[in-house]
Amino acid sequence: MFKGKFIDNLPKIYGTYTGGFLVFIILMAIAEQAGMSAKLIGIFFVAFTVLIYALIGYLSRTLQVDAYYVAGRQVPTVFNGMATAADWMSGASFVAMAGGIYFKGYGYMALLVGWTGGYVLVASLLAPYLRKFGCYTVPDFIGTRYGGNAARLCAVLVLTVASFTYVTAQINATGTIASVALDIPFNIAVYVGLASILMCSMLGGMRAVTWTQVAQYIVLIIAYLLPVFWISNKMGAGVFPHFMLADEVARIAELESQFGLGTVKNSAADLATVPKGLAGITKAHSEVNTTPWKFISLAVCMMAGTASLPHVMMRYFTTPSVKSARRSVGWSLFFIFLLYSSAPMLATLSKLSLMDPNLATGIIGKSIADVQALDWYQNWNQANLMFVSDFNGNGTLELNEFFMGGKAVVLATPEIAGLPYVISGLVAAGGMAAAMSTADGLVLAIANALSHDLYYKIIDPKAETAKRLVVARVLLVIIGFAGATIAALEIQGILGSVIWAFDFAMSGLFFPLVLGVWWKRANAQGAVAGMLLGLASGTAYLIWVRNGGAGFWGVTQLTFGIVGSLVSLVSMVVVSLITKAPDAATQRMVDEVRIPSGKTVLGKQH
Amino acid sequence: MSKQQQHWEKTRGLLFITLAIWFIFSIGIFFFGAEMEASSFRPLGYPLSYYMTCQGSLGIFVILIFWFAGRQEKIDEEFGFTEREDD
Repeated sequence: MFKGKFIDNLPKIYGTYTGGFLVFIILMAIAEQAGMSAKLIGIFFVAFTVLIYALIGYLSRTLQVDAYYVAGRQVPTVFNGMATAADWMSGASFVAMAGGIYFKGYGYMALLVGWTGGYVLVASLLAPYLRKFGCYTVPDFIGTRYGGNAARLCAVLVLTVASFTYVTAQINATGTIASVALDIPFNIAVYVGLASILMCSMLGGMRAVTWTQVAQYIVLIIAYLLPVFWISNKMGAGVFPHFMLADEVARIAELESQFGLGTVKNSAADLATVPKGLAGITKAHSEVNTTPWKFISLAVCMMAGTASLPHVMMRYFTTPSVKSARRSVGWSLFFIFLLYSSAPMLATLSKLSLMDPNLATGIIGKSIADVQALDWYQNWNQANLMFVSDFNGNGTLELNEFFMGGKAVVLATPEIAGLPYVISGLVAAGGMAAAMSTADGLVLAIANALSHDLYYKIIDPKAETAKRLVVARVLLVIIGFAGATIAALEIQGILGSVIWAFDFAMSGLFFPLVLGVWWKRANAQGAVAGMLLGLASGTAYLIWVRNGGAGFWGVTQLTFGIVGSLVSLVSMVVVSLITKAPDAATQRMVDEVRIPSGKTVLGKQH
Repeated sequence: MSKQQQHWEKTRGLLFITLAIWFIFSIGIFFFGAEMEASSFRPLGYPLSYYMTCQGSLGIFVILIFWFAGRQEKIDEEFGFTEREDD
């Protein structure tokens, strides 16, 4: 069926895969009509897709160093874009983002701007240059550019702190979805999630992760877009929701004032009866509801964080050339844009279908007893994601008496809007794909940094290829288990820890990376100072604010990267200038990085 | 000035233009959230502030990166720094 090289057949292979997945969805829909239970459909969706990823992971196994670390540097531009999009869009983007927009409106959408705008920085400041450098990992660039083990070690430290914060949230998300879909307890589901993640990455490293991520992107984008289009058409809101929901946005504003949003407040005693983690709508949907600085500071942190997170950067090490690395960033953002521009539309549709009394699905203004008798309400109430209570005792449900968990917007909306259960199964598979693909990228980024930079470059530079790859895989399993163990403790929410990861990465790595390319005078002492003081001051600020500190400049625990990165920049520049300029060889190396042609700075195998 | 220095001058110039456009649409316009909301210019009928946060700026970033990549390739070509296929 497929003649010739694997790479040349990619469009055909993934075309067949997409077709096969669509056929699978149709088969499930037929099975549902024939009476298959909702539970079984959910199990089929998650189990089937995870097995496919594991199969791809197995087929991509490798014994070569450059295939393991950078997928042999032959991932075509567009496919790398897809893989990056899956790598990038985590459980938080897929499951939590539309919910955040639903509850917080405009103020929350700073994340949309931040998580896309960062790619302009990636494309213009870093990706093409790091590709030309020819490194395997981000600390590999820092270590070689600045010279010396100290700089390399600091980069490994920042990378581990940021990525590990992020990965626990992703393993937590895979656990949540696996526990709901497969109907097993969360603390076991976490390890089921972990096992699926390791199956995708252990045997083939970056090569396996690349080809599973492409497959995961296809599943997650279908799972996100199909319900949005379906609900919009079913409600008669518009054939193409993204361009046609202006009336619905205006209608929500109208209903908000009709239902007294912001004027009717719940008492503290009433709120105490609401289960933990659920929230009501307290912010207007489209109105500008936050100060410019709050919006902008959050966007800035997410943008700089995007440009410093190693699991994203290392995806651009896998393209065949500098030119394709640059274009690949554009494709990544395009594929991300498809989902991000749909999230506000999903939030709009979800909110309107619950609020509008003219729609059959609307529940606000109905009698409480009727709402409590609804099937979907009972299901999601049981899953601890929905709650109503008659605070004012008038027997009807008011806007301030309805509470929902953030995840419910994505997970429950298809059911609320009356779509068949097969769509809910599809959404669960999509969420699993999103969380798994990001977790894969992160676990691999940490394990690669430890195995390549710490073990091979610092501890045992004479290690043979086979030994290096064994160490890499053992570390992968250890990191995965550590992440799962912490995830099982459920310390923080998914979204909060994701935002922290960006701030950590930005505090320690943003300026050392950017100045490494754009400022020849930057030297090792400066970089070490920048990384350590940046990370330390950011962390100190976070701890201070978490423990009731007042903070300054309106910087909160979500934007502490601003403090960290400023300290990093100042200390890096000052220390670089008071110590010796880098030697001529390093200066030549920087010159070499700045032009696309010629050999990479580091050899093909190193 | 050597060929390489000229190439870097131009690359830096392109970077500043790219970052300026990026700054306007990621940071600049959001200083004026309230003004955008009140504006009578409503793309596709959405309030301008809402439109820019959920589609406008995002779409501009996508186009900006492809435009930047095209311009950078031209600069590389002009100075003969384009990669050969076998590199």
